[in-house]
Amino acid sequence: MIIFRQQHRVLVQGITGKQGTFWTEKMMACGTKVVAGVNPKRAGEMHLGVPIFVTAGAAMAQAPYDVAVMFVPPSMAKDAALDAIGAGVKLLVCLTEHIPAQDVMAMHRAAQRAGTRIVGPNTAGLVTPGEGFVGIMPGHNTNVFRPGSVGVVSRSGSLGTLVALNLTRAGIGQSAFIGIGGDPMIGTTTRDALQALDEDARTAAVVLVGEIGGAMEEKAAEYASGMAKPVVAFIAGRASPPGKKMGHAGAIVTGSAGSYASKRKALEDAGVIVVDTPRQIPEALAARLAAASGASTRAAARAHG
Amino acid sequence: MNFEEHAAKAKVLVPAGVKVPRGQLCGSVTEAGAAFAAIGPCVVKAQVPTGKRGKAGGIRKADSAAEAAAVAGAILGMTIDGYPVESVLVEERAAIAREFYAAVVTDFADRRPLVLFSTEGGMDIEEVATRQPDAVRRRPVEIDGAFGAEEARAMLAGLDLGAAEPQVAAVLAALYAICRERDAELIEINPLALLADGRIVALDCKFTLDDAAIFRQRELAAAGAREKLTPLERRGAEAGLKFIQLDGNVGVLANGAGLTMTTMDVIRHCGGQPANFLEIGGEAYTKAETALDLVLSGAGVKSLVINFCGAFARTDVMADGVVKAWEKLKPKIPVFFSIHGTGEEEAVKLVRERLGIEPYDFMEDAVRAAVEAAQ
Repeated sequence: MIIFRQQHRVLVQGITGKQGTFWTEKMMACGTKVVAGVNPKRAGEMHLGVPIFVTAGAAMAQAPYDVAVMFVPPSMAKDAALDAIGAGVKLLVCLTEHIPAQDVMAMHRAAQRAGTRIVGPNTAGLVTPGEGFVGIMPGHNTNVFRPGSVGVVSRSGSLGTLVALNLTRAGIGQSAFIGIGGDPMIGTTTRDALQALDEDARTAAVVLVGEIGGAMEEKAAEYASGMAKPVVAFIAGRASPPGKKMGHAGAIVTGSAGSYASKRKALEDAGVIVVDTPRQIPEALAARLAAASGASTRAAARAHG
Repeated sequence: MNFEEHAAKAKVLVPAGVKVPRGQLCGSVTEAGAAFAAIGPCVVKAQVPTGKRGKAGGIRKADSAAEAAAVAGAILGMTIDGYPVESVLVEERAAIAREFYAAVVTDFADRRPLVLFSTEGGMDIEEVATRQPDAVRRRPVEIDGAFGAEEARAMLAGLDLGAAEPQVAAVLAALYAICRERDAELIEINPLALLADGRIVALDCKFTLDDAAIFRQRELAAAGAREKLTPLERRGAEAGLKFIQLDGNVGVLANGAGLTMTTMDVIRHCGGQPANFLEIGGEAYTKAETALDLVLSGAGVKSLVINFCGAFARTDVMADGVVKAWEKLKPKIPVFFSIHGTGEEEAVKLVRERLGIEPYDFMEDAVRAAVEAAQ
C-alpha cells in the first residue's frame, strides 16, 4: 500500500500545530478522509471537526484509520512513529526532516516487524489527483495536479511539484504522486514506488524524478528494465560539486558512488528515457506513449488479423 | 560533524573504555618541546578533520625535545586539505606488533549499523576491501538487538588473534555502544594496534557525529571541528541556511534541495555556471530576505535566477522576503523569476507590482535569460 486512495482513513499526528492545522485543512478540502488527530495535551477536544486523542493507539480504538501522517518535530518523531506502528497503522507518512539516524533505524526496524509501510522520512507526501492527498504537497491546486494516467515518483517535493505542473500544463494528468523523501534512509525506495505504479491499473506510464547520491536510481533501473510501461526520468544534481551535501542529507556524491553519470547510464541501459531539463519530460512522455499505443494498436491488429 | 583525532579520542573513545597512547595537545613549538619531556619518543600529528594528514606530511616522528619542537614548527601553519593546522597532538610512540581496523558505520542502504573489522589495519580500508574482500569482516546489527563482547568474539572467530582477542572484542563492543549512545554516523579506529607488550590501543580515531542528533549531544558537539566554510558560507550557516559558494556567475535562489539542484543543472545546460547552491526549503522558506543578501554578497554574481515552486514553502512568503531585500539592497544586477505552486498568485502580483518584473512561465526560460545576461 503505497498509492493513496480516497477510501483511506487518515490520522494526523500533531494536528493542532500551525503546519498540522494548515495542511489538514488543505487535505480535507481536497477530499482526504481525516478521521482523527493526536495531541496528548488536548485529548478529548475537537479540532477541524475531528476528535483529538492522547496517542495514535487510543485513536485506533475509537476512530480506526489506515494512514498516519506525522507533523511532529525531529526530537519527538521516533516516539510518534512507534506509537502509530504499535497501533497497527498500515501506512505511515513521515514528513519530518532531520530525525537522528539512530531513531530512523529504530523506526524502520519496528515497521519491519509490524508490517507497516513507511513513506519517508523527509517526504512531501502522497497525492492522488481527484481523490486526495496526505502531506505537504499542493494536492489541492488544480494548476499543479490533474487526474490522469501518469505516475510520478520523486525524492523532492519542490521538484516533484514542478514536474506535476509541467505535466498538467501539457495536458497530461497524473494517476499518483509518490514523494519518497530526501533522506538517506527511507522506508519506500524509488524501486518500491516504481513497482507500485507498475502494478497500478490506472497508471500507463511513469516519471521518475531522482537525485544524485545513494544507489536508489540504479536499483530502480534494474526493475525498470523489465517494465512494459514507458518510464521517463530526470535526475537532479548533474551540476552539483562532489563531496557536499546538497540540502538533502541523501544528496551527496562520494567517490564514484551516487554520481549523475552512474544513474543516467543505469537508467538508459534499462530503456528509460533520461531528459536534461524538467520541461522535456512531457514531450518525452508523449512521444513514448504515442509509440506504445502505436505498438499496441499494431499488436491488436496482428491479433485480429 | 567531524571531530579531530584528539577530540575523538578524549571525548569518545576514552570514556567508552578504549585505551589510547599518552598524548598532549599542543598549540605551539614551545608546548611541543615541553610535551616531549613528559612523553618521550613520540609522533607529532596535525589536528585537522581530514584523512589526508599522513600523505601531506602532517604526521612525523621525533626523538628529542628539539626535534619535537622543530617538527611541530613545520606542521603548525601547514594547510591540509584546506584546513589550517592550529594544533598538534604529541603522542607516545610504542613498538607495534600488529595493526587492525575496527569501525561501526551507519549503513544507509541497509538501514542498520554495520560493524567492520580487519586484520589488515593501517591502510585505506576501501582499498583493502577492493583488493581482498575476505580481509574485511562485516556484521550488520539489528537496532533492537545487541552487539556486546559475545557477539564481537563470534565475529572475530578464526582470525587467530590469540591473547588479544578478548581486548579486541571489548573494543568492538565499545564502538557499538558509542554508535548507539553518542549518535555516531561513523566511529573508526585505524589502526587499532596490538603493541609488543600485549596492549591494544587506538592509534588513530575518526568520529562523525550525526548532525541531526546535535540537539541531544550538545556537550559532545561543542568539541567537534568547525566545518571548512568560506566567510559567506559561515554567515549562511549561522542564519540556518545551507549555502555553498561555487565558481560561476549566475546566482541561484530556489526552494527545496531538488529544485535548487535542478536550477543549477539547467544553468549548466544553457551554457552558464551557477554561483552558488542555496535553498530555502522546509521551515527556511521564511528566510528569503537573508538568503538573497547572501547570494548578492558573493563576488562575481552577474545575474540572478529566483525559482520558486511552492509545496510546503509558500511562494507568497518567499516573494515578500525577496522584494524586501531587493528594495533594501538595490542590487544592480538583472533578476529573472519563475514562480509556481502554493501562494503563486500573490507572489507573482508582489514581484510584478513592487519590482516591475514579470516572472517567466517556464523556469528554463528564466534560466536562459539569466545565463545570457551574465555573459
